[in-house]
Amino acid sequence: MTEVGEHLLATRDVAEFVARGFLALPAVVPDELNAAAVEELGQILATWGSDARAFAPSSGQRLSAIYPEPSAIGAVLRHPPVAGALRSLLGADPVFDHDFVHHKPAGDPFGQPLHQDAMIDPSIAFDVQLFYFPNEVTPGGGGTGFVPGTHLRRVHETDVGRYVHVAGERQWEGPAGSVVLFHQGLWHRGMPNPSTTDRLMYKIRLNPTEPQVRHWDTGDLDELHNGPDDHLFARFRTDSVAGILRHRELWQGEADHRLELAARATLWRYLTGDDRFDVDWYLTRTEARSGLA
Amino acid sequence: MTMDPSAQRQQVLFLYLEHSGLDGRVVAWSFHDGSGRATDLDGSPPYATGTGALRDGWRLLQASPVPQRLPGAERVAGRLEHELVFERIVDA
Repeated sequence: MTEVGEHLLATRDVAEFVARGFLALPAVVPDELNAAAVEELGQILATWGSDARAFAPSSGQRLSAIYPEPSAIGAVLRHPPVAGALRSLLGADPVFDHDFVHHKPAGDPFGQPLHQDAMIDPSIAFDVQLFYFPNEVTPGGGGTGFVPGTHLRRVHETDVGRYVHVAGERQWEGPAGSVVLFHQGLWHRGMPNPSTTDRLMYKIRLNPTEPQVRHWDTGDLDELHNGPDDHLFARFRTDSVAGILRHRELWQGEADHRLELAARATLWRYLTGDDRFDVDWYLTRTEARSGLA
Repeated sequence: MTMDPSAQRQQVLFLYLEHSGLDGRVVAWSFHDGSGRATDLDGSPPYATGTGALRDGWRLLQASPVPQRLPGAERVAGRLEHELVFERIVDA
């Protein structure tokens, strides 16, 4: 097994990503690399949009081809625990979509409205957005705000900006060298930074180039994967994938939660290639009846 | 209710509930104050339910209709469905 192969996600990690739309890897990048990345991000900010920008990638380039050595950002992306998580969700060698350096100065009172990135997107296949925080982010220190569980809702960009507060919204806080992976659809926003410390964040969006089927460490898949009869109103397990996918966010009422269960089950079918998978019989019920009338 | 714009201002409160009934739990909220005294309400929801806002003197201007799911897209989720718009008139 390669070094990256030793750092693939487990089934439970991927199921939690499907349920909540994000996966946090706290302090996954070592301090020495963080220091080099901070310096390089400063250079990128200073030369943004100019020919002087070093390692500037183009949309459509293979991940393996961007930010070549000695780029510190490239080293972060190739760092085995980071590369392993990306491979688990995207498959081998996704392509670069875009990236950006988000610098939030200390005392910055401005925040973004809540939004979904890019364009309303009904696809099942999904992009991953990697958020890298090279420095510690203290509570309330300008960390990215995000609403767990919103990733499968079809909205367009800042159409959801009216929602100033959503129950269960989180604001990233964590140690230096943390990486957070977002499903492309997760509602999020840049937050004010009332702290006395600047906050730096690097974001990169990656597109898959092959079906995102079973690219993680599936050693525990048979144990956790459930059949379509894992049904909360009949017989069910709490230690199955369905048990993980049933996670309910604070902002979800009963009607919302049920629609999310069907959407999550559909996404898990794509990721596993199992067209019979279900959570609480919602997909199976209608599929079984579809040919009758 | 009329408002004297030379002496009064409107406060607007959006509440989003977990279902279409006014007694439903508040799951999201936004507050805007025309008087400029308060810019936001942070922390916990200002009211546990839509009815709680009524009891505190907010006037309900609009409630979103009960959702009708579109044929062929019955299971598609998007915006938060159950929106209540309240106002309160305060001194400028």
